[in-house]
Amino acid sequence: MIPEIAIYVCLGISLFFSALGAIGILRFPDFYTRLHPATKCTTFGGIFACFAAIIFGIWKGIDGMKSGDMSMFVLSIHVFIVLVCLLLTNPTGAHAIARAAHRSGVYPKTWGGKPVEVDVLYKEKEKMVEVARLTKTDNILLSEDTKNTKSANSTKEANE
Amino acid sequence: MDMSVVETIFTYASFVLLALCGLALVRVIKGPTAPDRVIGVDTINTFVICMMVLFGAAHHEIIYIDIAIIYALLSYIATLFVAKYLEKGKF
Repeated sequence: MIPEIAIYVCLGISLFFSALGAIGILRFPDFYTRLHPATKCTTFGGIFACFAAIIFGIWKGIDGMKSGDMSMFVLSIHVFIVLVCLLLTNPTGAHAIARAAHRSGVYPKTWGGKPVEVDVLYKEKEKMVEVARLTKTDNILLSEDTKNTKSANSTKEANE
Repeated sequence: MDMSVVETIFTYASFVLLALCGLALVRVIKGPTAPDRVIGVDTINTFVICMMVLFGAAHHEIIYIDIAIIYALLSYIATLFVAKYLEKGKF
């Protein structure tokens, strides 16, 4: 009785947070806000789905131990490995894709000419461009990037 | 095989996750920029991993869960490669 209730609670939390993630990825306004539901909520939901399967495996394993069947314990150990992989890979991938998006010229949504979120990386980039201009280092990639972002920002303002 | 109540609920939970995959697919199709599509695919990958774990528990099959491990690692590598491609970096 108790393991069943624990499994249902874990599954409920898992489905609730997965649903929040899927709705948030549809409803949020720009890429950086969408990254929150896409990684945090789905990772949390995945953790609790794995917990449900681990509890199920241990429960059935104790039942089957009387007849000498240990396969359900093996199942819960494998689910634990899935949990470790999920915890290691999901946030790392999110970090990589966020950095790549920023470097490829996707910027936070502007509102009245100002970015909605605090964009620390963009300020650092402006500083780097200024240093490159003063020291006359010919960094083609950097200058192209800033040109693109300026034009992108101006078109956004024109749209609004 | 006949399923108990818990195993039936595992199956229904994975169907709910399938519906949520459809919601994430809308973002993959609509997404204005490439990184939006990438995080949509990333979300679908996480849901598919959860579905594999739940199906493996429902059918008492360990091989489904082994495949989920491999799927998690491969989807991580795919995300890193797409990130490197968007960054125009060297591999």
